[in-house]
Amino acid sequence: MKLLETQRRMAAALMLPLTAADRIAPRAPNGVAMAKEAALFIKPNSRLTSLERLEIYSRSYWFRLLESFRDDFPGLAAILGPRAFERLARTYLADCPSRSFTLRNLGSGLEAWLEPRPEFAARNPELALDMVRLEWAHIIAFDGPADKVLGPEDLAELKPGLRFGLQPYITLLPLRYAVDEIRVRANSDPEDFAGASNVPGRRVRRRTVPAPKPRHEPLFVAVHRLDLNVYYRRLSGEEYRLLSALRAGRTIPAAIEASFHGSPIPSDDIPELLKSWFSAWTRFGWLTPRRRTQGGSDR
Amino acid sequence: MPANSSKAHADYGTGIGLRIPHLNHILERKPVVDWFEIISENYMVDGGRPLAVLDRILEQYRVVQHGVSMYFGSAEPLNREHLRRLKALVRRTRTPWLTDHLCWGSVDGRYTHDLLPMPYTFEAAKLTARKVRQAQDFLEVPIAVENVSSYAEFHASEMTEWEFLNEVVERADCGILLDVNNIYVSSRNHDFDPRAYVEAVDPERVMQIHIAGHSKFEKYILDTHDHPVIGPVWELYRLAIERCGPRPTLLEWDDRIPSFDEVHAEALKAARYAPAPAGARR
Repeated sequence: MKLLETQRRMAAALMLPLTAADRIAPRAPNGVAMAKEAALFIKPNSRLTSLERLEIYSRSYWFRLLESFRDDFPGLAAILGPRAFERLARTYLADCPSRSFTLRNLGSGLEAWLEPRPEFAARNPELALDMVRLEWAHIIAFDGPADKVLGPEDLAELKPGLRFGLQPYITLLPLRYAVDEIRVRANSDPEDFAGASNVPGRRVRRRTVPAPKPRHEPLFVAVHRLDLNVYYRRLSGEEYRLLSALRAGRTIPAAIEASFHGSPIPSDDIPELLKSWFSAWTRFGWLTPRRRTQGGSDR
Repeated sequence: MPANSSKAHADYGTGIGLRIPHLNHILERKPVVDWFEIISENYMVDGGRPLAVLDRILEQYRVVQHGVSMYFGSAEPLNREHLRRLKALVRRTRTPWLTDHLCWGSVDGRYTHDLLPMPYTFEAAKLTARKVRQAQDFLEVPIAVENVSSYAEFHASEMTEWEFLNEVVERADCGILLDVNNIYVSSRNHDFDPRAYVEAVDPERVMQIHIAGHSKFEKYILDTHDHPVIGPVWELYRLAIERCGPRPTLLEWDDRIPSFDEVHAEALKAARYAPAPAGARR
């Protein structure tokens, strides 16, 4: 058997979902009994059959990925509970195997996968999707790129045609539930970035922190970092719209106009409000010179 | 590989893996450590805490990069994005050499994130060596490949693991990261003499040595890096040092990680096996 075929067959076999008892799948993707498939390319020894040797790798693969996925989405686990989360994780990882050299990107496709599959969201798809968006934004805020920061001196002379950018590690999110509160409570190990090592995966059963009763509360959140820690900053609707408009490349006057259009905030209060927002954004290092293509994301 | 480059850093001493539970201790207490090994992939990011922490470590310590997902043995070509990010990290750390595993782990763009064993064939050796050369040329830093622990062997194999290792490094003109714990684990899983493995490896190619602990199960041994180094592995280390001379040595402890002092003390046991200075009695 040539190298490529061996690798294709072995990868296909070990990446098949484990059984409920965490054993290797009984049949290969081509329908052949897995024992027969394993014996095609793996030698047995006096203690282990070909199948048992292949199973060591299959279990290691699944345990490693499930552990990494659980580390990235503790809030989703808290919302769904351990059994529903496990079911979601195993199905997602089977449907969307990693296509990146780093486990950091394992959950990059989760939102797109979950949106048309409400059956995995434990009776509240909006809540689960809000949490997925927040937790993916958390990963971006943790190790995403940073641009040059605009300081107070850069803002001293605001010209009408001036455009700003936002740090690419910031994600602006409109949410339907207060998932930020749930995530803060669920997050047990926020700054662990030991995502890659060469140790075989082993089954780690962690206690899932039960989520508090979710509050249906439309809100806006900026997921950002400050002093290398990730924070969720709640925004008013006007502040969210202004930041989104600035990120989209609108001039300051146009962004302000868009932000306060239809707002109940009295026009007399707006200058002071703008001053406090720009002051905070500068303090957080959020504003950057406008680039031709801006990274980051918002909705 | 330039003549004697495997010995170029022979005096690097004993390092330990840089791991999260020890970071505060290291940054606050600044313990004396010869060098730290980092998992490259943990720092191949665009910004934030990982790189900030790494920069603080680099201010104080020598760092050597160890990768886990280059997959020289995968039949598919090297991942260009991976190489680009790795090169940026090489420039940042100024690692004097770089290591990754003699294994495969991806196929058709799908990643297993595991260190899967190779079929020991000439076809695989040629392909693997070609990819090591490509990476070495692109990264402009010497590469050493590490023998992995394995739990399976292939019908297709045409040679022993150590013959395969020698075949690859000769063809690629690269170094070896000799993991004596992995040799021990594989020897128990595949019923070969681990000393024969160490004795068969070209000592001139050995750039670095790994030591670690493992876990025993009823029918096999798993390379778990969660225990101290056992006596038989230390004996293999002694044999390797006798054959190769002093080599940069690294203790891996990746799971159930004890205190920094405990890990460091375990690593420093390697000094017991250092060759005696000329004229000295042991």
